[in-house]
Amino acid sequence: MKYSYFPGCSQEGSALDYGKSTGAVCAALGITLRDIPTWSCCGSTPAHAVDEELSAALCARNLDIAAKDGADMVVTPCPSCLSNLRAALYRMRDDHFRERVNELLDEPASEKLPDATSVMQLIGRLHDAEDIGKRVVKPLKGIKIAPYYGCLMSRPAKIMEFGDPENPVLMETILAACGAEIIDFPLKTVCCGAASGIPERSLTALNSGRILALATDMGADVIAVACPLCQMNLDLRQKQAAKAMNRLFDMPVMYFTQLMGLAMNIAPENLGIEQLCVSPRAVLAKFAANNGGGK
Amino acid sequence: MNEIHLNRARDPAFIKETEERSGQDIGTCYQCGNCTAGCPAAFVYDRQVNQIMRGVQLGLKDQVLSSVSLWYCLSCSMCTLRCPNNIDVAGVMETLRHMAREQGYITAPKMEKFWMSFLDTVRAFGRTYEVGTMALYMMRSLRLGTDLDLAPAALKLRKLPFIPHAATAATGRIIERYMKRAEKEGKRK
Repeated sequence: MKYSYFPGCSQEGSALDYGKSTGAVCAALGITLRDIPTWSCCGSTPAHAVDEELSAALCARNLDIAAKDGADMVVTPCPSCLSNLRAALYRMRDDHFRERVNELLDEPASEKLPDATSVMQLIGRLHDAEDIGKRVVKPLKGIKIAPYYGCLMSRPAKIMEFGDPENPVLMETILAACGAEIIDFPLKTVCCGAASGIPERSLTALNSGRILALATDMGADVIAVACPLCQMNLDLRQKQAAKAMNRLFDMPVMYFTQLMGLAMNIAPENLGIEQLCVSPRAVLAKFAANNGGGK
Repeated sequence: MNEIHLNRARDPAFIKETEERSGQDIGTCYQCGNCTAGCPAAFVYDRQVNQIMRGVQLGLKDQVLSSVSLWYCLSCSMCTLRCPNNIDVAGVMETLRHMAREQGYITAPKMEKFWMSFLDTVRAFGRTYEVGTMALYMMRSLRLGTDLDLAPAALKLRKLPFIPHAATAATGRIIERYMKRAEKEGKRK
């Protein structure tokens, strides 16, 4: 099977660290990620909020280039990109919809477009827990992780096909294989407030605040995420959330790939750890102490 | 409380259009309230999701399409997941937002201004450009201080590049074609 990589725009800005750690972990697992040539924005929330045909056209351009490049599958780390790519594929099964989308493109999209999946699912598909466990050099022993998927990875269920839409478990499987202690986190697919941080801050502050509060109260050392927007809302906007909840937080929010990378003994600088807003020093200290004191 | 004359306010064409465009049988909603109970944006809504669904059943076009809730919906689909009658409630909310926008019911303009600022950068560069989106949004909304509290941290972490990545002109052409078609079809661009 041939995979094409769709990084998503956030990897060139707010989620540089996600890009770095995804690249490093995939390379260590022997997964080659080749960018879709001249890939462009999927349209994110704004495009589908305005019109689903516009959103589908912005996605179809990328899917079409991947198809012509011989890809069977497009892989992206970002749940929002994934949701748009998969929604486009789902809706374009309808001939009338496809025709309307084709009208917006330079040339009609290829008849057969590649399917789209997440980096997390690709890792899970190619490497089971036992296999990941074998690659762990420095287990995340004693580190309590609250797994947080956000809302888009598993929903809408009929489009995303990501296991149980309210209780997915893939991230837990992967991080448990890395030796971590997983918290059964009830808010793991409840929305963080998504893209409304700029126009309506209360939506991100209160929703992210609830997630941070519960993770803190349940004794988590770190929240593990898979979505650049969730990461930004929980990490960069943590002070705004604290204000909304009228309490203080000191909760590191790391990409699951950064945590995997640490366990696989990839150097922190290759995982973008220094680009986290809330310092994970307590997590790193525990990690070092449980792995013989040294780095 | 508003007074509504159900015999005069009912717009059957609105019910039909909402059902057809969303592909959902909204008549099956029996007001259990599960959608509202799980909605993370409920606290900023003027009408709750179950009230919107009831409004569609009653054909109250004006009340439904002028609701700010349509603009604040986060599309997280919790309502869809928890609907006992398998109505894609989030899909209905999205359809209603599209209809509201097309017909000029812009009751939360800051949301639309943000989305259009974002799409403008995608149109110009092919990829999102965060600094550009913020600048355009501040100009459009005249909210000049939006999120400035985050700038120092974002800059320090090198997460806010000032130079846009000019990837392709193809998205610009897609958005142009979309705008032209919307105009021809009498919709809001």
